This record gives sequence, structure tokens and C-alpha cells, in this order.
Amino acid sequence: MHISKDLVAASAGPMVLGILTEGDTYGYAIVKRVRELSGGDLEWTDGLLYPLLHRLEDAGHVRSTWVKSESGPRRKYYALTDDGRAALTEHQRQWRTVHQALRHTWGETASAVEQALSPGEGRLAW
Amino acid sequence: MVTSIDDAGFEQQVAQWREYLERRPAVTSDDADELENHLRDQATDLVASGLSPDEAFLVAVKRIGAQDAVSREFARAHSGRLWKQLVLADAGVETSSTPRQALWMALLFGVAAGLLVKAPELFDLRLDTHPEFYAINASLLVLPVIASYFAYRRQVSARTWGVLASAVVAAVVVVNAYPFGPEDQTFILAAIHLPIVMWLLVGVAYMGGQWRSRERRMDFIRFTGEWFIYMVLIALGGGVLTGITLGTFSLIGVNPEAFIATWLIPCGAAGATVVAAWLVEAKQGVIENMAPVLTRIFTPLFAALLVAVVVAFVWTGLGTGIERDALIVLNLVLVVVLGLLLYSVSARESGAKAGLFDYVQWVLVVAALLVDAVVLADILRRITEFGFTANRTAALGENLVLLTNLAWSAWLTLRFIRGRRPIGDLERWQTAFVPAFLVWAVVVVVAMPLAFSFQ
Repeated sequence: MHISKDLVAASAGPMVLGILTEGDTYGYAIVKRVRELSGGDLEWTDGLLYPLLHRLEDAGHVRSTWVKSESGPRRKYYALTDDGRAALTEHQRQWRTVHQALRHTWGETASAVEQALSPGEGRLAW
Repeated sequence: MVTSIDDAGFEQQVAQWREYLERRPAVTSDDADELENHLRDQATDLVASGLSPDEAFLVAVKRIGAQDAVSREFARAHSGRLWKQLVLADAGVETSSTPRQALWMALLFGVAAGLLVKAPELFDLRLDTHPEFYAINASLLVLPVIASYFAYRRQVSARTWGVLASAVVAAVVVVNAYPFGPEDQTFILAAIHLPIVMWLLVGVAYMGGQWRSRERRMDFIRFTGEWFIYMVLIALGGGVLTGITLGTFSLIGVNPEAFIATWLIPCGAAGATVVAAWLVEAKQGVIENMAPVLTRIFTPLFAALLVAVVVAFVWTGLGTGIERDALIVLNLVLVVVLGLLLYSVSARESGAKAGLFDYVQWVLVVAALLVDAVVLADILRRITEFGFTANRTAALGENLVLLTNLAWSAWLTLRFIRGRRPIGDLERWQTAFVPAFLVWAVVVVVAMPLAFSFQ
């Protein structure tokens, strides 16, 4: 399934924040997790994740540290801050509202939509 | 995770890819490290699933995306880097004119500014006969030209042109219609504050009308600092030019003093304001290294100065009965501190961690706060003792504005040093604060003369 560029861009921030609730991690692991969670449907241009992470850091939603590892090169780990948690809650509220409104406008197909979405909802954790 | 693919060809390809990436000004070597890690992780996984190192490299590069697109996003996330890069065309505020056209445009507007300062002489308003006219109108003769230069170059909307034009007309009408006497406090205060209002109008044009954008505001703060440096440099050169003109002409028995005083200096200075504005844009790379360096030199020096002032205050009994002139000097010092703070905030790499310099900067701001508190206390004492005058009200307002700005800056710097919050907070605070300066300057120019009945 192809997901439009705008929707990918809009969901990227909340998605990253959501993944960081699972624990501190680095860029490549985030991208892998996104593929996993979306069953491969959400295709990111991987390079664009990093400017996004930097922007989130700038806004105080995440914090980064370089961690030296013994086996390979140093890695930059990202962690969620309290502000980030608050931002995620706000994102969740907005996405839920949009989601519900869409369901209502789709009327009688709502139950079908719900069915189609419900396994995904569990996976995406919002 | 093991992150090595034992293949010389792969290593060479990665090195080459990284080299291309690092050539992009918006990508720092830390960013390149991060992206290279990503590339290697991805390639390692792909090799593990059966691809050859060559294929893995190609797929991994494809997934990371075109370097153009990635570096543009980096530039957008870190507008400070965009500034260095001078690819404002991408940011959608620059016109499509070539550098040569831009130069001619700057010269044209420069000449216009130079001629405009002489225009009042057509109405017999000469500098030697009507100094008070020039005292209050100088900024109205010069700064609107820079504003129109930027408005023209940024191709701003008709609405922005309208805002700019009506603001200039309103300012001209207000200051010239008010029945000021040349010795009035309110007149002198208006003459000092009007340039601030006009400069912020230049800012609206500079930002291409996008004056709500935090990034554009930061660009304008940077522009202000660097424009000032260029003006100082041009003034130094102009001084040498004037001296040589004087010397050579007096050798051949012609006295050029009148020409210098009535044409060379006023027209040259007015024209220089536009040329400096053009230089900042055209030669960003040159100055870009200078502003941060100057900040780093003068921040510790001013911090030491202010700590010494604080010690002296305590020593002599907390600044009771400070001389009035001393108050003005201290106010200027606070303005300089704010300038240094703005400079260093604007030159800062947003991801950087707190270092020694941040401690020095914090000491500077805290010392400035202490000095400001003492100055404020003294102004309040004067007001309770002798009542409100225009000067005291202006000084009080200025100090409150500076105190608010510096107090919150100190708090944000402290939180940044402790690693609680990113430096972006300080940047946001400073860009959000800019309208406060405008409001206060407008109050002094427009409302205070009325409130103090032009005394």
C-alpha cells in the first residue's frame, strides 16, 4: 500500500516520539521499528529522520547522547524528555480526534474501517 | 551489533559517499557520523540477508535518500547553517536576481539614500540652520530606503508594502506635527527611539513580510549584528578617505571642508547603510566567522567589567545616589550585554552541549541583572522623591524591558548549563521578545510626548 508523502510527514514526529517511549534508541533502530510496526507500508527516506530528530531535540522533546561502543563506532542515542511525553499526549489527542471525525464522515462503513484498523491500532500503540 | 563489512570496495564507496556529504555546509561532521552509522547498519543487515556488499551499499544509499534532499532538511532544521550556506533561494524569500543585478540594485538604492538626505535642503532645511529637524528625521530619511531595498529584493506582497509605507508616513507625520521644542526631554527621547522603530520596520522588509517566523527573526538579529560590523568598517574607511581628501586638497590650496561636511559625510554615510546591508547578504561567508569571534572575545571582558561594577557597588554602599550620567552609561552597558547575548545566541550551533563559554555568558547576564537591579532601584528612588519626568519614565521602562529579558535569559541559560533544556529555548525567548522592543520604542516616540505635554 502506498501512503501519501504528506501523511508520512505528518505522522513522522508522533511516530518517533511513540517509539522512544519504548526506551532510548538510535536512528537506524527507529527506522527498523517503523517498518516493523507498519508492516513495511510506511516507507521513510531514512536520511530525513535525522533532521527530524534534531528538530525534536531543539524543541526539547528529545535529548541525545553519543555513546561509545566497543564493537563499532560511537552511536548517537535519543531519549524522550518530559516535554516530549507531553507533546506525544497532545499528538495522540489530535490524531484520535481526526480519526474519530473521519470514521463519522465515513458513516456506515465505520465498522468496516474499525475492523480494518483495529489490529493496526494495537501495533501502533496509540 | 557488529558493524563491519570486510570489503575494501565497500569501504571505498562509503568513504566517497561521506566525502560528498561533508561538502555540504548544512551537514556537520557529527551529522555525517550519524548518517554513516546508519548506512553501515543498513548495509550490514542487507549483507546478512544475502546481498553482496556492492548491492547492499546501493540499496542502503537509496534508502537514506538523495543527499540534496537530506542536506536541505538539515539546513531547514538548523537555520543558522542555512545562513552560512547562503541558499536563501531554497528558503523561498530571496528573489531570482543574479549577484550582479543585486549589486546594481544596492548601488541604486545607496545613491537614492544619499540624495534623500539632501532633499530637505530643497525646502531650505539645512543642517546648520535646522539641526533639530535632522536630529529627529535622520532615521526617517535613511532607513526607509533600506526597507524598500529589501522589500524590493524579497518581492514582498502589496500588503507588506502597504504596512511599511503607512508606518513610515505615520512616523513622519507624528514627529513633525508634534510641537516639540529642541531642548525638550520628550523630543530627545523620541529622536533616540525613532531609529529603533524604523530599524524594526527594516526588519519586516528584511524578513520578506514573514515577521511571525522565528527563523526569519533570528536571521534578522544576525543581520543586525553583521550590518553593524560592516558599518563600523565602512566608517573607518570613510574616515581615512576624508582625511586624505582634506590633506591633498589643502596641498593644492583648495579648502574642501564645506564639501566634506555638507556632501561627503552625510551622503556617504546614508549610502553606506544600504551598501552595508547588501554586503551582509553578499559576503556572508566573510563576516560569519567574525561575529562569533568578537562575541567570544568581548563576552569574558564585559563579564569581568560587570562583576567589577557589582563589587564596586557593594564596596561603596550599594550605589546610593549614583550620578545621572552614570545611570545612562550603565544603561548602555546593559544594551551591550543584550547585544552580546543576541550575537552569541544567533551564532550558536543548536545541538552543541554547554561549555565554559556558557558559564561565562551566564556570569555576564547575572552580573548585568545585579547592575540592572541597582540602577532600577535608583530610578525608583528618584521617581518617589522627585516625581515622574519623561527621562525617568523612559529610563524606568527601558530597565524593566531589559530586566525582563535578561532575567529570563539567565534562567534559561542556567537550565541549559545544567543540561535540563536545549539552547533553543533561549533562542525562542529572544526571538519572541523582539516585539517588546518595538512596543516600548513606539510608546516613547508616540505616547510619552503627549503624556508629558511635550516637556
